[in-house]
Amino acid sequence: MTTELLVKELVEKNGKSRNSLMPILQGIVQKEHFLSEEAMLSVAKELDLSAADVYGTASFYTFLDTVPRGKNIVRVCKTITCHMKGKDDIINAIMNQLKIKVGETTHDKKYTLLTANCLGWCHKGPVMLVNDDIYPELTPAKAVEIIQSYGKE
Amino acid sequence: METKLKKVDIIFEDDKTSPITILEKTIKRSADEIILDLIDSGLKGRGGAGFPTGLKWKFTRNEDSDVKYVICNADEGEPGTFKDREILDRVPEKIFTGMAICGYVIGAKEGYIYLRGEYNFLLKTLQSKLNKFNGELKQKNIDFAIYLRSGSGAYVCGEESALFESMEGKRGEPRNKPPYPTVAGYNSKPTVINNVETLVYTTMICHMGPEQFKALGTNDSRGSKVFSVSGDTPIAGIYELELGMPLNQFVDEFGDGDTKAVQVGGASGHCVPRKKFNDTIIGFEGIPTGGSMMIFNSTRSMYNVLHDYLEFFTEECCGQCTPCRVGCQQLLKGIEAVKRGERSPSYLDDLKNLTTTMKIAAKCGLGQSVGNPFNSIIDNFREEIIY
Repeated sequence: MTTELLVKELVEKNGKSRNSLMPILQGIVQKEHFLSEEAMLSVAKELDLSAADVYGTASFYTFLDTVPRGKNIVRVCKTITCHMKGKDDIINAIMNQLKIKVGETTHDKKYTLLTANCLGWCHKGPVMLVNDDIYPELTPAKAVEIIQSYGKE
Repeated sequence: METKLKKVDIIFEDDKTSPITILEKTIKRSADEIILDLIDSGLKGRGGAGFPTGLKWKFTRNEDSDVKYVICNADEGEPGTFKDREILDRVPEKIFTGMAICGYVIGAKEGYIYLRGEYNFLLKTLQSKLNKFNGELKQKNIDFAIYLRSGSGAYVCGEESALFESMEGKRGEPRNKPPYPTVAGYNSKPTVINNVETLVYTTMICHMGPEQFKALGTNDSRGSKVFSVSGDTPIAGIYELELGMPLNQFVDEFGDGDTKAVQVGGASGHCVPRKKFNDTIIGFEGIPTGGSMMIFNSTRSMYNVLHDYLEFFTEECCGQCTPCRVGCQQLLKGIEAVKRGERSPSYLDDLKNLTTTMKIAAKCGLGQSVGNPFNSIIDNFREEIIY
């Protein structure tokens, strides 16, 4: 589906008011993994907003990326309790496996590795999100295995 | 007055009365009666700020407007807090019921749950349970419906006015107050916005009456509260405890025998060192908490703890007001410079003054509360920050 069609579909589903902006942007990210300039311009046109307003909203939110991201976005929690439980080992293991640093995307565009602030699993750290799926009580080996399983899809 | 540590079971209790039955029973009573019960129960908001829930509902009810809203704040983002996720997962119908009761009391027809983006894995089941609940409301001719909205990874959107901005499709930047949400909230209409846990307590107070709730806790902190216990503890997890207990009893129960400090109330809360465990009460008369209790043992560097918190605030600050935007950055750079020996230890006192400025001048609770962890850690663990 082209970006323009996707935007049209999302606008139809959520409505044309400004209140629908977040669900529309979230819908685009779900399908295309980030908000392209084309997508934001097309949303602005559909909702009759200035492109700056759309970009202003989009750029505020961590989960609404405006730079290209991989098909699978990995977010490792870096806040204090996960830090204490060894999030550095998890991040290192994933960096070694994917051969990228935090903030980067693999060449095949399959993975982006990011860190996140508290994901709300402090009793079961370290923890990571892959897209919307949560993986608590990680070990480096477990993390690598989970990441691999996403490559098979 | 203080109480003893006591585990209670109200939030997750399964007494076989379906939430919808509680709703039907409750809305047979007048709205004023329900408000009086809530005020009488002494229930205060469980998100952290602690505003009396009954009064919030009363103020919103008294506003003259055709359109009003009920919003459930499920943007649980405070580091060390994970109790709302558990509540959303295990007893969502009790939340919906609290929202529907609130809708009846204040005269609102629409409710929204604003769920943080990090909890999107809950969306599917929540939506299907909501569809069922909304269907039942329709069947019973109750003019109220609840909708789901997702956040997108911004801590500051847990601040109520930033949450409204986000729902209105804008950047999540907090508004000036007043006007308060009870007067002008979502879409500038009178709005009750309550924490997930608070809404469940309203349901349970309507079900069991205010007496049973009031019998728990202290004069200033009535009832119980769900705590999220994490860090250096062998039994991390969710516990519903009576409010007003002294911290030493908490540490005896949950610590690993080597507890050096407890961070009460998350990154924006207070750090209590071992020597103060005996005289610290967990409740509104002592140190209040949205539920986060992070335990540190003697192997932990309090410099690392403070550094983590300041990094967190620097990243999550929305950036619109200067005291918070520049303040968070300077606090972080400041402790790094002292640690490296580029600044003298007395620079920490200048930084403490900066937190006072932030407390006075920052626009919202985020910037105003950065001084809580900063000052409590600097005051109690100064040598760990310097050397």
